[in-house]
Amino acid sequence: MLQKFLPALSILVFLSLWQGLALFLHSALLPSPEIVAHSFWQHCQSGELPHHLSVTLLRLIASFTISMLSGCVIGIALGLNEKLNAFFDNWLVIFLNVPALVTVILCYVWFGLTESAAIFAVVLNKVPNVIVTLREGTRALDKNLLNMAKCYGFSRTKTLRHVILPQLHPFLMSATRSGLALIWKIILMVELLGRSDGMGYQLHLFFQWFDIASILAYTVAFVGVIQALEFWVLKPLDNLALRWR
Amino acid sequence: MTEVHIQIHEKIHHGAEFPTIENFNLRLNAGEFVCLVGQSGCGKTTLLNSIAGLDSNYSGEIRIGNKTQNPQIGFVFQQPCLLPWRTVRENIELVFANQTDVPKTQIDELLNLMQLTAYAHAYPKQLSEGMKRRVSIIRAFAINPDLLLMDEPFVSLDAPMAREVRELLQQLWQNRPHTVLFVTHDLREAIALADKLVFLTSRPMRVLKEINISMAREQRTSKMIENFREQLFQTHSELQPLL
Repeated sequence: MLQKFLPALSILVFLSLWQGLALFLHSALLPSPEIVAHSFWQHCQSGELPHHLSVTLLRLIASFTISMLSGCVIGIALGLNEKLNAFFDNWLVIFLNVPALVTVILCYVWFGLTESAAIFAVVLNKVPNVIVTLREGTRALDKNLLNMAKCYGFSRTKTLRHVILPQLHPFLMSATRSGLALIWKIILMVELLGRSDGMGYQLHLFFQWFDIASILAYTVAFVGVIQALEFWVLKPLDNLALRWR
Repeated sequence: MTEVHIQIHEKIHHGAEFPTIENFNLRLNAGEFVCLVGQSGCGKTTLLNSIAGLDSNYSGEIRIGNKTQNPQIGFVFQQPCLLPWRTVRENIELVFANQTDVPKTQIDELLNLMQLTAYAHAYPKQLSEGMKRRVSIIRAFAINPDLLLMDEPFVSLDAPMAREVRELLQQLWQNRPHTVLFVTHDLREAIALADKLVFLTSRPMRVLKEINISMAREQRTSKMIENFREQLFQTHSELQPLL
């Protein structure tokens, strides 16, 4: 019974600690939850926060979709084909280790300060992670089930849908969750460096004005959206796919 | 029911010095239950994989009926190979190319024959090992195969469970007598099931001896099987290492 209320209780404890620390320090560097909530409400009322939040979310959806689709296709191909994997493995290591900031700067320099350059920079940063996760998942596929599918003449689509993808589900969910977390951090950097709207651009402005309450208000808004996505989209999807367990 | 002719000149595994199978020649009459008996590791599974098209790296010819392409092959693997995220019925129905091809009544009959009607909507994790084997047998029979391959399907079951599933298989096969190639290293099991025993040499694997069993299946009690085994032992000294 108590366990049911633990998540809510932990948030309450977190807010109390924040409030206590803010009262104790009494500094503009750490505004209390109440001040942040007030700032959040003001930004919402002005329409500023919903506008910039939606712009960032659109960028997130575009770059996430492209990263996941291309990463899954390449990852599965590398997992299934040893020669292909041997050839591209070094490329993968290189792209995994290039700092996000370098990719973003190079994309802006090469392609200009455009929307597509921004999304491409995010995709370049995320794709290697998806590829690695899906490649390892594909390597761990049950060979007996693949043999069964081949023996009974399953088509490629049928094998992918009924045999491969259900086995890759945990890897897909892992890539999705880590992807959302990573992409939104990179998007903020991309917006900060080369866009004139979005959360990153706004945070940059608040930083210049030393407006900590607004920075925290925007952060709370975005974390809230990601949490909502987790509870209303990812968790139900997870439960649906794993109902057999 | 389909006649099968297997002729493999040579099968060498990648990187191996000697062939796994060499000059292998076997004919199965339509509706015949043939048991391949050989020591563990002699190449029986490799042979079945080659027949099923899972391994095409061999020289020779495998002719199933007069069809030159795409014969229907049912395969009961050593492991049940059921998809854990699909129910018993869904696992069976999945082997049909289109949903419209699924013979629902026939599947109901097979489930009934194998005493699994009550578990049609259960997931594999809710079944015992013996039940899982029965589902994989139903799946193989459901497509009305031209050839049914069975690769030591009872190998990891305890003796009473293996006997129970074997008896159900026997009933099912008598009801629907497809051509069967059954691999085992257990001679008693082979005598209990087969019309013909085929003894195999160790690597390179080839046919050592073919022995027909004319005894009626109903007469194959434990004692009769043991007698038959001893007779084999006395009359075919070359089989002694396998017996």
